[in-house]
Amino acid sequence: MSIMISARDLTRTYQTGDIEVHALRGVSFDIQRGEFVAIMGPSGSGKSTLMNLIGCLDTPTSGSYTLDGLEIDQLEKPLLAAVRNRKIGFVFQQFHLLARNSALENVALPLAYRGGLPADERLERAAESLERVGLGERMDHKPQELSGGQQQRVAIARALVTRPALLLADEPTGALDTRTSEELMGLLTDLNRSGMTVVLVTHEPDVARYARRLLEIRDGLLQRDVPTAEAWAAQDPHAPHLPASPVERARRVGRLPVARHWRRSA
Amino acid sequence: MSTHEQPLRRAEVAPATEAPAAPDIAAEEEEDLWEGGIGWPETLGMSLSSLRANPLRTVLTALGVLIGVASVVALLAIGRGSQASITASITANGANLLTVRPGAPSSGGVRGAVGESSSLTLADAEALANPQSVPDAAFVSPEYSGNAQLVAGSLNLNARVTGATAVYPSLHNNTLAEGVFFSDEDNRASANVVVLGANVATNLFPAGDSLGQQVRMNGQSFRVVGVLASSGGGGFGSIDDGVIVPLNTALRKLFGARAAVGNSFSVSTIVIQAASSDQIDAALSEVEIALRNQKDLPLDGSGDTFSVINQASILATVTQTTQMLTLFLAAIAAISLLVGGIGIMNIMLVSVRERTREIGLRKALGAREGDIMLQFLFESLALSGVGGLLGLALGSAIALAVGASGVMQVQLSLDAALLALGFALAVGLFFGIAPARSAARLDPITALRYE
Ligand SMILES: Nc1ncnc2c1ncn2[C@@H]1O[C@H](COP(=O)(O)OP(=O)(O)OP(=O)(O)O)[C@@H](O)[C@H]1O
Ligand SMILES: [Mg+2]
Repeated sequence: MSIMISARDLTRTYQTGDIEVHALRGVSFDIQRGEFVAIMGPSGSGKSTLMNLIGCLDTPTSGSYTLDGLEIDQLEKPLLAAVRNRKIGFVFQQFHLLARNSALENVALPLAYRGGLPADERLERAAESLERVGLGERMDHKPQELSGGQQQRVAIARALVTRPALLLADEPTGALDTRTSEELMGLLTDLNRSGMTVVLVTHEPDVARYARRLLEIRDGLLQRDVPTAEAWAAQDPHAPHLPASPVERARRVGRLPVARHWRRSA
Repeated sequence: MSTHEQPLRRAEVAPATEAPAAPDIAAEEEEDLWEGGIGWPETLGMSLSSLRANPLRTVLTALGVLIGVASVVALLAIGRGSQASITASITANGANLLTVRPGAPSSGGVRGAVGESSSLTLADAEALANPQSVPDAAFVSPEYSGNAQLVAGSLNLNARVTGATAVYPSLHNNTLAEGVFFSDEDNRASANVVVLGANVATNLFPAGDSLGQQVRMNGQSFRVVGVLASSGGGGFGSIDDGVIVPLNTALRKLFGARAAVGNSFSVSTIVIQAASSDQIDAALSEVEIALRNQKDLPLDGSGDTFSVINQASILATVTQTTQMLTLFLAAIAAISLLVGGIGIMNIMLVSVRERTREIGLRKALGAREGDIMLQFLFESLALSGVGGLLGLALGSAIALAVGASGVMQVQLSLDAALLALGFALAVGLFFGIAPARSAARLDPITALRYE
C-alpha cells in the first residue's frame, strides 16, 4: 500500500493584527491510499485549517506535507492549481455552487480547468457524475431550485467528476438532516470501497463511524489516532447496539442509487 | 457542543472485510501537471456568460465607451470631411498656381492691406509673360474682377464679372458645358461676348437656351458664346456664380479701369501657372524679380508693392490648421473615452468584490492565477470592445446623417475607425488590469470565507 498523505509537524499560525492564533501546533500522520478517515474535534481546534492544508488550499507555516509523492511546498503556484484540480476533490460545508449555472454546468467546471476535453465530453462526464449521486433528473436545475441535500450531492458530483485520488469533505453533513446524511455517507463509503481515499471532518460520531480511522484534534494537536471501531468502544462499552451498520440501513431503505454505477464506470 | 459530551455508543462500522479494491481511480497514469489547463476560448466563454448575467450593468458600462468612440469617429469624419472640401475648393481653381495681388506681403506670406499706391497693371502682366524673365511659367493670366447687374429678358441678377484672357479655362481647370470660350481675337477687339458660369446660366435662362442670347451689363449688350460646366466645388467666390468677359472689354468698356499711375490699365490679379509642380518655387522667385525690375523696386524685396501667393503653401497651411482642429476635437472626444474606461474599472472592481467567493471557488477547483486574470481581462475587453463596436456604428451613423443633411461634408475612414476601436480596447485593457490582478491574487481560503 502506498502513502497518499504524509504530514510532518504541520503548524499553521494566523496573524490577525498583533494577535497570533496558533491553529495547528505540529501535527504528524500518514494516510495510506484507500483509507477512510474521519477528523473530529471541538470547534476551533483546527480541523478546517488542517483540511485546507491537506487540500492544498493553504500552505503550512512550518512542517512538510507530501501528497501522492509530491512535496507540496516545493510546487509552483500553477502546479498547485493542477494538483487541486486533478488529485483532489473538495466538498465544502457550504456547497459553494455557482448560482447562475445549472447543476450540470457546476459539475463540469473542474473539467474546464483541467483542459483538453471538448465541451460536450465535459458535459457528458458531468452528467455521468450527477447520475452517480442520484441526480440524473435534476441536471438542468439551478442550485436554488434544489434542496440542501441535493445541492450537497451536486457538490459531491463536482468533486468526483475529475476522478480524483483523494476526496476531502469538511463537514459535508453539517447542513443535512439525519436521513440525507445517511445517504451521503453511504455514497462516500461506496466511493471509498472502489478505491478512493476519503478524509472527512465531522462533529457527529454517527457520521464518523462510517470511517475506519479516527483522527481527533484538540487545540491544534493530534489527540488520538485510532480505528473507529475502538474509538467509542473503549470509552463506553455499554453504548446501545445499533441494529445494523448505517450503510446497510440506508441500503435497505433503497436510498442509495449509486454504488454499482460508480464501480462499473470508475 | 464538543464530541465528548455526546452520548457514546459502541461503534459499529462496515467491516473492512474486503480489502479496499485496487485503487483504480487513483492509479491513473502519472501525468505531467504542467500539461493541460483551461484554454482561452473557454475562459472567454466564462467572461461573456457573466456579462450576460447582468445585462443592464453591462450595457451601462459599455455606454461610456460607446459614447467616447462614437464622438471620436463622428468628429474625425466631420473634421476630415471639411478638410477635404476646403482642399477641393482651393484646388478647384487649378493646380500649380501663383497669384500676384497688389499690396505688400505681411510677414507670414499672406497679403497685407492694399495700399493706395500699390497696383498691378496690364504692363506688369506683359512683363511676366516674357519667357525670358519667367521661364518656369506655363501661362500668365491677368484678371480683372468687378460686379455688375446682369439682365436677360425679364430676369436679372447681380454677379461677379471677371475679365480674363483666352488662357483662363486651361489655367483654372474649367471646361465648357456648351459653346466655346472667347478667343484672343475677341480680347484684342474688346468684343461684347460673355461666358456664363453654370448657376448664372440656369438662373438667367431657365429654359437652358442661353447660347447665342443677349445679356445686358452696365447698359451694354453681350452675346453669350459659352457656358462653363459646373465646378461643383461650391463655396464663396466660385466661378459657377460669375461670368467671364474678355479682359480688354472689361477694362475699357465695362469698368474703365485706368491705372492711377502710369498709362496702363490696372488689373485685380495676375495668375501664373508653373509648368509643373516642381517648378513652382523657381517660378515664384522669377515672378518676384521680374516685377521688381518692371516696377523699379528694391531687388531685396523691402519695397514690394505686390505679393505673390503660392497656392501650394496656402493648401499646406489650411490642411495643417484643419488637421490640428480635427485632432483637437478628437482629443476631447478621447477624454470621454478615458472616462468610459474609468467606468469600466469601477464596475470591474465592484464585480471582483461581489464575486470574491466565486473566484475562491474557481481557484479551489484548479483555476490558475493566469486563468482568473484572463477571465476578468476578457470581461473588461469585451465591455470596451462591444462599446467600441456599437460606438463605431453610432458615430458613423451620426457622421452620415450630418453628411446627408448637407450642412457639412463628412469623410468616414477605416484608419479613424480602427484607431477609435483600438483606443477603446487599449482603455479596456489598461483599466481592466488592476481589477483582474486583484482577482487573480485572491487567496482561495480567504475568498471562500468572504461574506
Ligand atoms: N483566517 C483566519 N484568520 C485568523 N484566525 C483564523 C482563521 N481561520 C481560522 N482561524 C482560527 O484558527 C483556529 C482554528 O480554526 P478552524 O477553522 O481550523 O477550526 P475548526 O476546528 O474547523 O472549527 P469548527 O469546528 O468550528 O469549524 C480558530 O481559533 C480560528 O479562530
Ligand atoms: Mg471548520
